[in-house]
Amino acid sequence: MNVLRVGWLYLKVGVLNELQYRVNFFVQLFQSLIQVGTGLVVLSLVYSHTQELNGWRESELLSLLGVQILLGGVIHTFIQPNMEKLMEDVQQGTLDYALTKPEDAQLLISVRQVRFWQLVEVISGLVLLVVGLTGTRSSVGVLDGLAFVLALGLGAVLVYCFWLIVTIGAFWIVRMEHVLELFEGIYQTGRWPVGVYPGWLRYSLTFLVPVAFAVTVPAEAVTSRLHALTLLGACGFAAVLLVFTRWLWRIGLRRYSGASA
Amino acid sequence: MQTQPLLREGRARSLAAFYLATMRTAIATQLQYRVANYFYMLGMVAEPVIYLVVWSAIARSNGGSVDGITPGQFAAYYIVWTLVRNMNIVFGAPFWEWRIRQGELSGQLLRPLHPLHYDLAYFAGWKVVVVGLWVPIALALSAIFHPDLHPSGLQIGVFVVAIWGAYLIRSMFQSTIGMLNFWTTRGAAVFDLYMTAELLLSGRLVPLRLMPGWVQTLATYTPFKWTFSFPIEALAGAPSTRTLLLGLAQQLLWAVIGLGLFSVAWRSAIRRFSAVGG
Repeated sequence: MNVLRVGWLYLKVGVLNELQYRVNFFVQLFQSLIQVGTGLVVLSLVYSHTQELNGWRESELLSLLGVQILLGGVIHTFIQPNMEKLMEDVQQGTLDYALTKPEDAQLLISVRQVRFWQLVEVISGLVLLVVGLTGTRSSVGVLDGLAFVLALGLGAVLVYCFWLIVTIGAFWIVRMEHVLELFEGIYQTGRWPVGVYPGWLRYSLTFLVPVAFAVTVPAEAVTSRLHALTLLGACGFAAVLLVFTRWLWRIGLRRYSGASA
Repeated sequence: MQTQPLLREGRARSLAAFYLATMRTAIATQLQYRVANYFYMLGMVAEPVIYLVVWSAIARSNGGSVDGITPGQFAAYYIVWTLVRNMNIVFGAPFWEWRIRQGELSGQLLRPLHPLHYDLAYFAGWKVVVVGLWVPIALALSAIFHPDLHPSGLQIGVFVVAIWGAYLIRSMFQSTIGMLNFWTTRGAAVFDLYMTAELLLSGRLVPLRLMPGWVQTLATYTPFKWTFSFPIEALAGAPSTRTLLLGLAQQLLWAVIGLGLFSVAWRSAIRRFSAVGG
């Protein structure tokens, strides 16, 4: 349980650090408003030309957009800052500071940074999700809600694994700063149900880059389209990916030679 | 009386030499970072592919077209989009923040040439590498999405000029917005607003024809349209010769306006600058 305690402590320190910069809250709020506004404009533009996109009505796609923004907020708060720091550390050789600590290194590099104010995105995503859901005709049951929370948690795990796998690449290819653009670009595909994409792209978005599992599956849960089998599959996939990420992390570490070597 | 024109000629020649040398440096540097450049490009390509897939799906469900635009025409629009977007990437407003905060600007101010010359030249050189790396992506996208693209010789000629026009206009306006960084360290919110305006009014999101009428009217009075919609439509659409040539003139006009705005902003901004590091 020491692992959890260390993680919790890091989180607290990170939040306290961020709380010093209160104006950032308003900047973030403004940016979230722009983001949500743009999303709404795009949706209304699309639905001014059609009634249904691949079987999804406007209110349902609004929920999907909410899920995408919500999960994006989680990524920007907890996952992305840590991955950026890891990349920088590998580039500059300062990863030594994390490696020489007695706690597990993968844990440490995953919890060092928190961008607390980005949680505003999580809230704006939630608001969109709720507004979208009130527009759909079917009501959301308790089971749907539970499936949604589970699917969202699995989505976060999958995205964490994918980000870490890509970041581990820094041990081989040192200059990785553009990987951020790559990820942001790919993550935008989650704004639309994965079924819209042609077959080859759909499979790569599901298994290669797990955006579909991360965004579409939770959105399917709240719009009562989810099969239990898909959820089970997501569980299995997350477990496999976690083990694979752990293995790759060990391999990558062997390539690391440090600042003083 | 004799020395004056000679001096001016010398200045033009040394400026040209400076541009060439900087471009060569940029090409040599960026060629080393092919993987990094590809990461950036693949992330960038995701954006138009999403638009393309969504609008093609709508076109198919509407019985073959949206407002007369077929999936093949959408494919042509968004594949040309990828080249225009690559040409459009400039030393943007957020980079000005980095340049000021890191103290890079101090050193650059000591040089005899304005930093804008350096940005323009460096990014122009980078374009050579970028376009080279773009070709395989364009071929792959064309094989997948079957674009309906049949430009005339004139269209190709105008397009080649127009992408550089777009580059200049975007450089000027992005640098002007970048001047905000001399006053505030939280320019990010303003940049977001600016980029959103560009997204909606430039034809970056959808061909402007699909926008409501008032948006199209509004777009003609902004510089954005000339950095995306015009070059794309010049190659992928069916514009008249008159539209093409008038468009180039409009681009020139916006580049000059941008340069004017930048000079004014720069003059009052640089007075606010106090050096950091170096």
